[in-house]
Amino acid sequence: MSLDGEIILQLNNVESSYGPVKAIRGVSLKVHQGSIVTVLGANGAGKSTILKTISGIIDPQKGSVVYHGEPIQKKDPAWIVRQGIAHVPEGREIFPLLTVRENLLMGAYTRPLGEKAAVEQEIEQVYGYFPILRERANQPAGQLSGGQQQMLAISRALLAKPTIMLLDEPSLGLSPKLTREIFEIIVRINRERGVTLLVVEQNARVALKYADFGYVLEVGRIVMEDPCAVLREKEDIKEFYLGIKESGVRGTRRWKKKKTWR
Amino acid sequence: MLQFLQLIASGIAQGCIYGLIALGFVLIYKATETINFAQGDLMMLGGFLGLTGTLALGLPFWAAFAAALVAMLFFGMALERAVLRPLLGQPAFTVVMVTIGIGYLARGLVTMIPEWGTDTHVLPVPYKDDIVSIGGTDGLILSMEHIVIIAVTALLIVGLYLLFKHTKIGIAMQATSQNQLAAFYMGIPVRRINMLVWGLSAAISACAGLLLAPITFVHANMGFIGLKAFPAAVVGGFGSIPGALVGGLIIGVVETLAGFYLPEGFKDIAAYIVVLVMLAVKPNGLFGENLRKKV
Repeated sequence: MSLDGEIILQLNNVESSYGPVKAIRGVSLKVHQGSIVTVLGANGAGKSTILKTISGIIDPQKGSVVYHGEPIQKKDPAWIVRQGIAHVPEGREIFPLLTVRENLLMGAYTRPLGEKAAVEQEIEQVYGYFPILRERANQPAGQLSGGQQQMLAISRALLAKPTIMLLDEPSLGLSPKLTREIFEIIVRINRERGVTLLVVEQNARVALKYADFGYVLEVGRIVMEDPCAVLREKEDIKEFYLGIKESGVRGTRRWKKKKTWR
Repeated sequence: MLQFLQLIASGIAQGCIYGLIALGFVLIYKATETINFAQGDLMMLGGFLGLTGTLALGLPFWAAFAAALVAMLFFGMALERAVLRPLLGQPAFTVVMVTIGIGYLARGLVTMIPEWGTDTHVLPVPYKDDIVSIGGTDGLILSMEHIVIIAVTALLIVGLYLLFKHTKIGIAMQATSQNQLAAFYMGIPVRRINMLVWGLSAAISACAGLLLAPITFVHANMGFIGLKAFPAAVVGGFGSIPGALVGGLIIGVVETLAGFYLPEGFKDIAAYIVVLVMLAVKPNGLFGENLRKKV
């Protein structure tokens, strides 16, 4: 839908590495205000690295990350959170021994004490999205199921009052049904609260269904970018991400030629 | 029977001291996954600071007590900032060796300070030699030193409970110790929190030293009591705050009873026997965490 909003986040030719291993090699992408952007890619393509670079956990070697017109690369992660960029990490990364409520309060850590009442109110709102969290509010978060932990991780990021939320594989380890439910709520959050979303996914079917714009990442490079409606119809995407193979000799030959895609 | 109760009471008081030092071990272990072997020496420094506060500066005892705690809080934070933070990312062994080194250094430097030196000192306390008898003159007799130890420890525990349960910074300390990476993602200043944990741990140890001083004496080697606080932390299940205190109490009581009922020499090894039994029966300790991180 909203690809006409202003560009709030832009990556220009970003290169990041873990020691000698280059994880992303010159990635450029744009995120428009109010949109849902997805980055698709296989294991090890560098999806998480993009998000970690944006949120300041990894410093890029080259290139710039521009947020609201200002470069933010190599800044302190805490500072970046305060600017309105919240990260929902891969594998949820909740605090297992803190209660659900305490986890949510930690999401609001960067907010000043004066906003205490507002934070309480937002916790209630978040419980509205995920009622199960209200029921479990005083249980240690480690006792939640995987899906509930994912809900908690999203809620926790929401409490930082983000302008843009970075989601790292929200579907990881979840059933197709639960994945759909989570994505539907993510979309609701985007529509109702105007939070811009950058979602990194392996599950192309779901991501392309809900996102507005998509990038395809392969071994650290962006190889394709288009609105999701266009991407969904592309032959390569159909074959290698959605698993729809063209029948007949021609399809098989194509498939063999592009085997490196997975 | 009265004899027995009497021993239990003084065992509990002794156990509180072990518990407090063990608490210092546990806090640092939980936050940074390293063991601070200088914990006992931080306690000793606390004792000396209290001594300086009362004798050299002429402060009233409780004012000196508070001042020593605050001073040790800052000392602990400075220690983390200056010595331990540069070692971030080094193997745990490196950090352990450094803390042992800090301990040696502290013991050595203290003897070089005039007025402190190698002597044993008496920390003058207002409640020295007071006793409280429960149940008439031939009832249970508690010395005021023991009562103060138990009362201050209890107050400290309540304070820590409130800190960890009801303040943002306290919850953030727990969060950081449970999942450091996630704490970074939440914008929690992890390094500053670790510094604060070191400060808190040093202050708690200093508190133990100041409470212990009226019973023993203040001297450069009083920190070796840390060797018995370590088993207390292990018995409680290293990494558990209530465990550290319960472990301390167990070791304190067992040691006191062993000192009275068993042949000479057993008092000093009682703590280690308790640890060996514990490790054989329940290797995770009393309050050891069984909750594994879900992947």
